[in-house]
Amino acid sequence: MAARKSSKKPNVSVEELLSYYRDMLLIRRFEEKAGQLYGMGLIGGFCHLYIGQEAVVVGLEAAAAEGDKRVTSYRDHGHMIACGMDAAGVMAELTGREGGYSKGKGGSMHMFSKEKHFYGGHGIVGAQVPIGAGLALADKYLENGRVTFTYFGDGAANQGQIYETFNMAALWQLPIIFVIENNQYAMGTSQKRSTSTPEIYTRGAAFGIPGEAVDGMDVLAVKAAGEKAVAHSRAGDGPYILEIKTYRYRGHSMSDPAKYRTREEVQKMREERDPIEQIREVLLTGKHATDAELKAIDKEVKDSINAAAEFAKESPEPAEYELWTDIYADA
Amino acid sequence: MAIEILMPALSPTMEEGTLAKWLVKEGDSVAAGDILAEIETDKATMEFEAVDEGIIGKILVAEGTEGIKVNSPIAVIAQDGEDPVSVESHTQPTAPTPAPHPVEQPSVAASPKEYTVDQSPDWPDGTTMKQQTVRDALRDAMAEEMRRDTSVYLMGEEVAEYQGAYKVSQGLLDEFGEKRVIDTPITEHGFAGIAVGAAFGGLRPIVEFMTFNFAMQAIDQIINSAAKTLYMSGGQMGAPMVFRGPNGAAARVAAQHSQDYAAWYSQIPGLKVVMPYSAADSKGLLKTAIRDPNPVIFLENEILYGRSFEVPEVDDLVIPFGKARVWREGSDVTIVSFGIGMQYALEASEKLAADGIAAEVIDLRTLRPMDVGSIIQSVMKTNRCITVEEGWPQGAVGNYISSVIMQEAFDYLDAPVINCTGKDVPMPYATNLEKLALITTDEVVDAAKQVTYRK
Repeated sequence: MAARKSSKKPNVSVEELLSYYRDMLLIRRFEEKAGQLYGMGLIGGFCHLYIGQEAVVVGLEAAAAEGDKRVTSYRDHGHMIACGMDAAGVMAELTGREGGYSKGKGGSMHMFSKEKHFYGGHGIVGAQVPIGAGLALADKYLENGRVTFTYFGDGAANQGQIYETFNMAALWQLPIIFVIENNQYAMGTSQKRSTSTPEIYTRGAAFGIPGEAVDGMDVLAVKAAGEKAVAHSRAGDGPYILEIKTYRYRGHSMSDPAKYRTREEVQKMREERDPIEQIREVLLTGKHATDAELKAIDKEVKDSINAAAEFAKESPEPAEYELWTDIYADA
Repeated sequence: MAIEILMPALSPTMEEGTLAKWLVKEGDSVAAGDILAEIETDKATMEFEAVDEGIIGKILVAEGTEGIKVNSPIAVIAQDGEDPVSVESHTQPTAPTPAPHPVEQPSVAASPKEYTVDQSPDWPDGTTMKQQTVRDALRDAMAEEMRRDTSVYLMGEEVAEYQGAYKVSQGLLDEFGEKRVIDTPITEHGFAGIAVGAAFGGLRPIVEFMTFNFAMQAIDQIINSAAKTLYMSGGQMGAPMVFRGPNGAAARVAAQHSQDYAAWYSQIPGLKVVMPYSAADSKGLLKTAIRDPNPVIFLENEILYGRSFEVPEVDDLVIPFGKARVWREGSDVTIVSFGIGMQYALEASEKLAADGIAAEVIDLRTLRPMDVGSIIQSVMKTNRCITVEEGWPQGAVGNYISSVIMQEAFDYLDAPVINCTGKDVPMPYATNLEKLALITTDEVVDAAKQVTYRK
């Protein structure tokens, strides 16, 4: 990982450290549960898990302010939980139930929350990027001081519409942060095999957009980089690119046998770089928390995910009339 | 409590699989994330991980077993304090097979349905009329709506300083400034997506495509993002916006600049599709489109831009969607058209009248929603119908109209419905070939004579 070294003496409080630990753990347990429910046939279709990448969204949410927007691809469960959406509502969407965020009509890849300023959940690789710039255009137009976090992967970074968007975002100085979650694999194709210039954050240079690489396994480094990017965009200086070097432990989707990388590569990353273990280490070695306190958080997280799963199983299937609703808004 | 490990579903289509290999044995301790077994699905061999920690109690299915149904128990894990040897499978799991629910479609029923047809005038009788081009009518519609609602803005190639590639946005930059009249780079895919995002974010964008041929670069954003989001979000957010610009053939611009997209867009639930003919309709429908909380495809025509029509002098001309206009009443044959097709339909009706055939000419004006009631009502009177459009014959709008008439008014038909369309070829450049490729008035006349058995 050729990422910047983070400053390990965080100017964050113990409460913040504990909340990052808890939030990352919540995402991980959520995803493990989702994988389990998928295996039981309760979740269908495509289901892209975020395990390993938790520090990216948790670090950036720590840098966001109320009213800031976010939009991402189909690997979206972590983003929704990190921005405060209810895990039960997300899980119930995965099971295709009435209690889901989209009433069961969107599924894993297509979920939204107007209340939490989460604009999807988009299933077409790269399509969310101009949409993010449009949200930023609206914010600039409305002069509300908000910024939009627009997430996409290293795979999407090769889509043409990304560069159309870079151009217009820079031209119009839109308040947008392009977050490239580089987990090194575009489905089964490694970055090496798909991407001519491996340092994706430098691609903004052609448009005059500053960018930097960030260690995405370190939530504090992500937060620090996020704060810098937010300050830049909020000040009216236009877009900023964060290439966050991360890693997904699971396959691209549930049905991916992941034969394109070795078991050892995954295991090494889990053992040496795991974002949750890292923050746990900081908390324990710094004596900011005891093992018992962390265990209590683990239990609370596990219980809330179990409750979310129960809700997702119990919530009824959408009523049949829902087939015909939400196609048009009433004129 | 002991936890059963169930045969997992590892792909969207998997119903059963093979337990290729166990990677743990009875008595092994496992943690979440440890690989338990390799399972062969219909797609691949997958590693199957533990979700819970504990000790493998009993292995219930031997490796090499084929045809194991998803959700049947394959092993048992003992947890804190349990004796792994004595734990047994304690339940017969029932696979939660989601029962397919037959759903009744709001059907195009076999028996004729009652349609309410809105025959109210679009503006009061006696309204003063003025002559105006379609181009100016469209410009006025945008200007009026931009004055009315500050969240409405226009973006596209050459819409601002150049005053519009076809001068439709003439004067708008002067009146509304560069914040609301935005020149874009030539990047349809990107700026269409930006406009969709702006609509999600609370604005009401009007996107001008220099022609709809170029909107093919943007069609993913139009359909996957703009049209489907309201549904995918369970009604939480949608894209109140207009995509507009010239559509169909102009003159001598050949295959890549001459396609009619009416049929394409009119297939998409979530979009509304407007294709006006006259200047008054262009104005009244564009104003309605801008106010509509849904994505609207507004298909204009370059040849019609310079054509003048009577436009009512009223303060706020809005024409509702889904209301066809009967241009000419007649009892012998119904001609249904829209957009520039109306030109051929109306010319043909004149020629037919000279031959003693009274055609009723219906301008659909909007294709989605479509005023099916007006068509059916007319066909019940004339017992014959032809459709006229510039687009290609396969999957044409007329095909759909024909099927609706067959289902709703079969017993009223005295002849098969004929679809008059453009020819099934890419648009050629040569003058003579282009003329042959397009629909002609004479072809419409011929079709009307065929269905009235005068030929």
